[in-house]
Amino acid sequence: MDLFEHEARELFEKHGIPVPRGHVATDPAGAGAVAAALSGPVVVKAQVKTGGRGKAGGVRVAHTVDDAEQAADDILGMDIKGHTVQRVLVTEACDIAEEYYVSFLLDRAGRTFLAMASAAGGMDIEEVAATRPEALVRLPVDPLSGVDAAAVAAGFPTDVRAEVAGVVEKLWEVFVAEDCTLVEVNPLARTAAGVVALDGKITLDDNAAFRRTVSFDDIADGDPLEREAQAKGLNYVKLDGDIGVIGNGAGLVMSTLDVVAAAAAEVGARGPANFLDIGGGASARVMADGLSVILGDPRVRSVFVNVFGGITACDAVAAGIVRSLEILGDRAAKPLVVRLDGNNVTEGRRILDEAAHPLVTVVSTMDNAARKAARLAIAEV
Amino acid sequence: MAIFLDEHSRVVVSGITGSEGAKHTRRMLAAGTNVVGGVNPRKAGQQVEIGTVTLPVFGSVADAIAATDADVCVLFVPPPFVEDAVVEAVDAGIGLAVVITEGVPVHDTARLWAHAVAAGGRTRIIGPNCPGIVSPGKSNAGIIPDGITGPGRIGLVSKSGTLTYQLMHELRDIGFSTCVGIGGDPIVGTTHIDAVEAFEKDPDTDLIVLIGEIGGDAEERAAEFVRANVSKPVVGYVAGFTAPEGRTMGHAGAIVSGSTGTASAKKAALEAAGIRVGRTPSETAALAREVLGR
Repeated sequence: MDLFEHEARELFEKHGIPVPRGHVATDPAGAGAVAAALSGPVVVKAQVKTGGRGKAGGVRVAHTVDDAEQAADDILGMDIKGHTVQRVLVTEACDIAEEYYVSFLLDRAGRTFLAMASAAGGMDIEEVAATRPEALVRLPVDPLSGVDAAAVAAGFPTDVRAEVAGVVEKLWEVFVAEDCTLVEVNPLARTAAGVVALDGKITLDDNAAFRRTVSFDDIADGDPLEREAQAKGLNYVKLDGDIGVIGNGAGLVMSTLDVVAAAAAEVGARGPANFLDIGGGASARVMADGLSVILGDPRVRSVFVNVFGGITACDAVAAGIVRSLEILGDRAAKPLVVRLDGNNVTEGRRILDEAAHPLVTVVSTMDNAARKAARLAIAEV
Repeated sequence: MAIFLDEHSRVVVSGITGSEGAKHTRRMLAAGTNVVGGVNPRKAGQQVEIGTVTLPVFGSVADAIAATDADVCVLFVPPPFVEDAVVEAVDAGIGLAVVITEGVPVHDTARLWAHAVAAGGRTRIIGPNCPGIVSPGKSNAGIIPDGITGPGRIGLVSKSGTLTYQLMHELRDIGFSTCVGIGGDPIVGTTHIDAVEAFEKDPDTDLIVLIGEIGGDAEERAAEFVRANVSKPVVGYVAGFTAPEGRTMGHAGAIVSGSTGTASAKKAALEAAGIRVGRTPSETAALAREVLGR
C-alpha cells in the first residue's frame, strides 16, 4: 500500500527524521488554523497518491492565514490524474539551500535491498539516473547486517555528510521496522536549521500487515467497484473495457486480459473491463461475489469466466457457477462465456450443459471463448 | 535426468499436520513422490496418517535429515513462520527448499535468501508464493496437479502457477522433463536464469519454455543470459500487456512501475535474444511444436 505524504511524514517523525512542522487538514478552516499556529509562510500541499501534483497546481505557498485558507479551498476537491484531493498537508515553508535525494527500495535482481542517494536532488531522480548516473549512488544493502550509512553519504558535501548519514541510518530503521518496500525522501533539503525531509514516499508491504502495529485509514479516492471488491476480499482491478473477466491464478488472469484485448480489437469491442483472480478455491460464494461486482459495472456487456482446474476440480467450479447464478437471480442479466479445462473437465462441462442456463455459453478453448465474449459485447441487445 | 528434483529425491513436508500440508502431501504421494516424513516442532515424535501411508513427524529438518536422509523440504508453514523454517532447513543442510506459502513479507524473504547465500549456497530455494516443482513420472514437490502431462523433453520455468498448468496442458502429448514454478513475489530464490541454466545442461531437455509476467526485469536478464549462454531452443510467453501502470495484478511482484516492468519491454528483450514469443498460451504451444517438429 502506498502512503499519503502526510502518513509518510508521520513515520519519519516517529523514527526521528527531521520534518518541517505542520499538520494535515480536511477543510479550508482547518488549513487556516494550522497556518495560524505555524505563524509565517506555509506550503499547502494536495495529498494524493500520484505524482505531478505540483504541475497540476496542487502545491501552493501561502503568506497569510487567509491565503492558506484560499489555497486549501482551491486544492481540496481538485482532480489530479483521476484522484480527488480530500486532504491537504500544511507545513512551514523552508529556505532551501540545497536539495538531496535518499531512498531504500527492493533490488529484485540482487534479491536484496538497494540504497540510493544523490547530492543532486530536486529534480526527477529517474532523470538524474539517466543523464548523470555518476551523481546517483546505488549501494546494495545486506538485509542481515544493515546499511553502511557513511558509505551512502560519502558523495555529499563534507559539512553535511554526518547529518545525511544520520538520516540514512534512520530511514533504514523506518524501512525495516515498518516493513516497507520503498522509502524515499525527495527532496532532503538543506536549510539553515539542518537537513529536513521536505517530501517523502513510502510503500508498505501488504504481506506484512499481520505484524504492523500502526494502521492508516486508507481513505478511498479510488473506484467504488474496487472498494466493494476489496470489502468482499476479492483481488480486483478496474479497467475501462466492456468485457468482464474472472479467472483463477494471477498469471492466467493477466493472460486472459491480453487474449480478450486482442479478441476485442478484432471486432471493435472495448476490451477487458477488469482483472479478477478468484484463486484456487472458486467456491459458489466467491464466484457470486465476483460476478456481482463485475455485473455492477455498467460498461460490462459480457463476461468471460476462464478457469483451469488444477487442484480445484472443474465440476466444483461448474457447480459454483450454477449456484452463483441462482444466488444472483435477475441481477445476472449479461451473457457469460465459460471456458473450463483441466482437472475433471468432462464432468464440469456436463454440469453446465445440464443446467442449460440461457445466459451461459461453454466454449472449449481460451482463444475462442475470448472471441465469443467479444462478439457478445458488441451484439445488439 | 531432470533438474533439481528426480526419482531419488527424498521429501519432507514442513507443515504436514496443517490442512494444506496434509492435503498436498496426499497428492504428492499419489504422484509417486518419495515423501519420507514431516516437520512440526510441536508434534515431534508423532505419526501422521496420510491416506494409507503413515509418516513420522520430526521436530526439525535437521532431525528429519538425520533419520531419513531427506534432501528436499516442501514448506506449507504460515507466513509469520516461513523465515525461521527456511533458515532452519538451510542450517540443517537441506539441498532444496520449496516454499509454497503465499503472503510472506518481502523483508523475511530477503533475509532468508541472504542467510542461504551466507551459508555457502548449498540450499536451493524455490519460491516463496510458488506452485513448486514437478519432474513428471519421477517426483512432484509442491501443489502442481499430477496427471496434466507425463514425462517428456520440454523444460518449463514460470512465475505463474495456472499459466504453468495451462502450458503443460497444451503440450501434454509431448511431455516435460521438469516444470519449475518460481513464484510471483518480487524476491524469489530460484530465478528464470537459474532454471534455464540447469535446463541447458540437462541431457533430457530439448526445448525450454520460459513464461514471464509484468514487473521487475527478470525476463530481460533471462533473455540476455539465453543470448550469451544457451544453445537449446527457447520459446517464451509474457502475460500482462493490458496491465495498467502502478497496479498490482494479483501477484505481489506483478506491477508496472513507470516505464519498467512492462510486458512489451520483456517481449522485445526476449525476441532480441532470438527467443520466439507467443502472443497467447496456445500460440506459444504452437511455437514449441514447430521447433520440435511435432
